[in-house]
Amino acid sequence: MNDILGVLSAPVDPETMARLHARLAREAESEGLVDVAYTVVDSPVGRLLLAATPKGLVRVAYQNEDHDRVLEMLASKISPRVLHAPRRLETAVREIDEYFGRLRRTFDLPLDLSLSHGFRQLVQKHLPEIGYGQTLSYRQVAELVGSPRAVRAVGTACATNPLPVVVPCHRVLRTDGSLGGYIGGLDAKTTLLNLEAAA
Amino acid sequence: MKQPFEKVVARHGVTVLRVCRALLGVHDADDAWSETFLSALRAYPDLPETANVEAWLVTIARRKAIDVHRATKRNAVAVEALPETPSDLGVPGGDDTDLWDAVVRLPDKQRQAITYRYLAGMSHAEIAAILGGTVDAARRAAADGLNTLRKGYPGAHAKGASS
Repeated sequence: MNDILGVLSAPVDPETMARLHARLAREAESEGLVDVAYTVVDSPVGRLLLAATPKGLVRVAYQNEDHDRVLEMLASKISPRVLHAPRRLETAVREIDEYFGRLRRTFDLPLDLSLSHGFRQLVQKHLPEIGYGQTLSYRQVAELVGSPRAVRAVGTACATNPLPVVVPCHRVLRTDGSLGGYIGGLDAKTTLLNLEAAA
Repeated sequence: MKQPFEKVVARHGVTVLRVCRALLGVHDADDAWSETFLSALRAYPDLPETANVEAWLVTIARRKAIDVHRATKRNAVAVEALPETPSDLGVPGGDDTDLWDAVVRLPDKQRQAITYRYLAGMSHAEIAAILGGTVDAARRAAADGLNTLRKGYPGAHAKGASS
């Protein structure tokens, strides 16, 4: 009896599961059932989770944000139909690789900004106007968006940017030139600023 | 809170594959597995948060296995020609495909009962609910199925134990 049950409940090798999963991702995508597709890539600032809705890239998450928790958040805020389906992220992955390889200065990706609202979304929409290798202070960004006194709110908008790296909140510093905060940690912010300064 | 569907696949994918193999044999199990998770993904947003996800998946897998079984019967697909790939059951030395085929040849209720009991870990009461009989009947079907397998599968029987 143990033999039989042992064989029937033996581990299924990971390659079989990977093959079945890839087929599921492909078929689910072609039937329009993947509300949030995601993948994870290595980068000089650690492993980045990239997630996209059919509308565009919706989330970039640093490892220190805990990818499992980020996926749970996406499931509750967008849809529980979250699947590891790398194909939808192919362009985003390529552009991010190019960015870290100093081959790309601006991102040319459809974005889905539905995770932020109101003033935060307004700020995040303006952040790409800060050019590669340049920096602005929180105060200057407040002026840029036409609310010169909303310096703190700009800080919050940067801190809650759902698309770090791609939407360049790392280019916003304190007025005295010190780093301020960063969702991916100060080391990551320094790495990005050095990368762009060296180019 | 509802888990991302990816978590559901990661957590229950292997069990569902075993169930599909037990109901259909290794050859057709992949199709049933894919159909099961596609169908589950479609319905997932409406699944109550308190639902037993594995029992739900097993119920879908059973329905899909019946579909695949009917389709192959209607198309008279020969089952003898298994794909020439190495066994991916992960048990070295044993010809496991024989056992999976033996499971598939079991009488319907026995096959389902041992599948749900031993591969999906369901209670006899849950199995009775699926099979539509008493709890005792479900328990008996599981025991009978296992006995049949033990007789028919040489690996589980000492050599020369009967002649």
